[in-house]
Amino acid sequence: MTVQLDARPPVAPAPRTGRRPPAMRFSRLDTKYSPYLFVAPFFVLFGVFGAYPLIYTFWVSLHDWDLLGSNHPFVGLENYSRLLADADFWHAVVNTLGIFVISTIPQLLAALWLANLLNRQLRARTTFRMAVLIPNITSTAAVAIVFGVLFGREFGMVNWLLDLVGIDAIAWKSNRFASWVAISTMVDWRWTGYNALIFLAAMQAIPRDLYESAAIDGAGRARQFWSITVPLLKPTIIFTVIISTIGGLQLFTEPRLFHSGTNPIRGGTLRESQTVTMYMFENAFAPHYNFGYGSAVAWLLFALIAVVAAINVLLLRRLGGAKPPKDAKSKEGAR
Amino acid sequence: MGVFPRRRLAAVALVAATALFATAGCAGDEPAEDGKITLTVDVFSQFGYEELYKEYMDSHPNVKIVERGTGTNLDDYSPKLTQWLAAGKGAGDVVAIEEGLMVEYKANPDNFVNLLDHGGAELQGNFLEWKWEGGKTKDGKLIGLGTDVGGMAMCYRKDLFAKAGLPTDREAVSKLWPTWQEYVKVGEQFKAKNTGASFLDAATNIFNTIVLQTAGNAQGYHYYDTDDNLVVDSNPAVRQAWDTTMDIIDSGLSGKYGSWSEEWVSAFKQAKFATIACPAWMTGVIEGNAGAEAKGKWDIARVPGNGGNWGGSWLAVPTQSKHRAEAIELAKFLTSAKGQIGAFKAKGPLPSSPQALADPAIVDAKNAYFSDAPVGQIFGEGAKTLKPVYMGPKNQAVRTEVENAVRTVELGQRKPDQGWTDAVNNAKKAAAK
Repeated sequence: MTVQLDARPPVAPAPRTGRRPPAMRFSRLDTKYSPYLFVAPFFVLFGVFGAYPLIYTFWVSLHDWDLLGSNHPFVGLENYSRLLADADFWHAVVNTLGIFVISTIPQLLAALWLANLLNRQLRARTTFRMAVLIPNITSTAAVAIVFGVLFGREFGMVNWLLDLVGIDAIAWKSNRFASWVAISTMVDWRWTGYNALIFLAAMQAIPRDLYESAAIDGAGRARQFWSITVPLLKPTIIFTVIISTIGGLQLFTEPRLFHSGTNPIRGGTLRESQTVTMYMFENAFAPHYNFGYGSAVAWLLFALIAVVAAINVLLLRRLGGAKPPKDAKSKEGAR
Repeated sequence: MGVFPRRRLAAVALVAATALFATAGCAGDEPAEDGKITLTVDVFSQFGYEELYKEYMDSHPNVKIVERGTGTNLDDYSPKLTQWLAAGKGAGDVVAIEEGLMVEYKANPDNFVNLLDHGGAELQGNFLEWKWEGGKTKDGKLIGLGTDVGGMAMCYRKDLFAKAGLPTDREAVSKLWPTWQEYVKVGEQFKAKNTGASFLDAATNIFNTIVLQTAGNAQGYHYYDTDDNLVVDSNPAVRQAWDTTMDIIDSGLSGKYGSWSEEWVSAFKQAKFATIACPAWMTGVIEGNAGAEAKGKWDIARVPGNGGNWGGSWLAVPTQSKHRAEAIELAKFLTSAKGQIGAFKAKGPLPSSPQALADPAIVDAKNAYFSDAPVGQIFGEGAKTLKPVYMGPKNQAVRTEVENAVRTVELGQRKPDQGWTDAVNNAKKAAAK
């Protein structure tokens, strides 16, 4: 603020004799405070819809809070200590991480490959680029219900196709690993194209001459991809990994709607594909209505996401660290 | 410079206040259109009220009725209703409460209008005694007026029975299975004929039927005793129902279609099972799921064992309703003998009003979808002598765990012994939550 004011010569040496004309005073106020007005909407909205619920959830998690009850005794960290000893919670954590791993890794690799294809000289390029985004604009609920039917035990199309090639029907909903795979398919179908477009945008920012000089040096397409494209995409890859981590660990709609019938929030009879958010919902709402316990799940999920995101970033840093792209560039330039 | 931070703070506060005001400005009271009061009714599954609404709106020109939720699963409906109640906003003016949830709502009766303060007491004679008592809390408030009761029968597909060489006439079919053991034997005969269909839909539905029937005929409670102690492991009624269900699973009679799932609905459409435990309200569900092409292929026989009650609901008026007086009037109308007869005719829920049960409209009622089965007699006969089952505080959560254990055995994930251990342990855990 002050810097800006000092940078305005006509204002600074203004005579200090009398009162300033009101218009000038207003313009001074304007320069001083209007920037706050411009940034305020975000902070106000964040405060109301982000920070306040976050803190309130923590407050609730310190209480024995029956959703319908009017009496909410303070219990300190008891919900957390019970939760840490709750086998069903850890089961849900393993499910969430399992689904996250088997959905995110193939998804990002496929997105990278797709982006690389789309980055070439193609006919009807824009059509293709738009087409990969179509799954993303379909409603998640519709996708989940359709996939839930496709993966049905008896009437599902996937088992029918497997049957055609002589493979026994798979219990997609009551086998833990099979249900993870089915749900990952749903997630990937929806998000691969989205990530591909982000990668594509980043790829287009890579200078062409890098590829040209590499080609002159005799590097093939694969070599160019791994030695130029991937290292230069690192910041973008980190971004997509973090976004996928947040989305993947909060997975709810797909596994919830994948199961239908009685008590689907359980994610299968033996909680085969119950994610942490589903476990949170099961406790905070039907059938337990224990809001305090559910809030504790929410906070531990927050911690879990922070930890996993940090691990991912560290891993990725190390991954690219072996070949710092800047060095490669300067060497090339020197030649 | 020292002055600036305070001023800045003031500016930020001002902006924040403005923005808040702007956001808050959107939420206002909805204007009443042409002076009419809109009453919202929240239901699940099939209540059959459409014609009654029309009639009520004709006689009360100042009221407009909007219904939400027909066709919704109970599992989707109840959390939503609970959230609306907890938030103090969003619930309808009249809401349906299923018996399994009634206990939890009764524990927090302030969410609902005490109907005894609004001339409810004089309605007592309009309801079966236990249904009337079921709407009352422990401290004597009346929060719900009974709608239906879930008298039991066994629905079956005649075409599949004929295919398996079994009798198709409802009297003859009823004679096949006076007990559950004989029901299993009929099932084994059916299975031996390889019709391509299973004998029954899902083990959980049969289990719930047997446990409610056995408990109703014995102590009158199942998972909780009347002092609210959890007795899953010590109540012989629960164990007996479990063992019978294990026999059914063991004989391979179940189609394993998880009840209320998409597959269950598909199985109805494709005639993949021959019998289903059939509380009165289930007839509407079967009609909805199996569709018009199965009309006349279903029929209704007596339930094995003796009687029993599964389900049934109450109508309540949340205290958050802005039109309490009008909502109470509507709830009284819908639960009156006349309202219950209307609902029965539309979708089959069995009245809880003795007057309605004695009315020729019920006694002589036939259901065209079910081959003109005399539903009024089949269900109405037992309704007056129904023995209700007491439900404890965490009934819904406990029931979920026990039925879930049944399902793990049905799917072959657990042996019956392991399943029972799971049922007991998980029920205890759920009750403690």
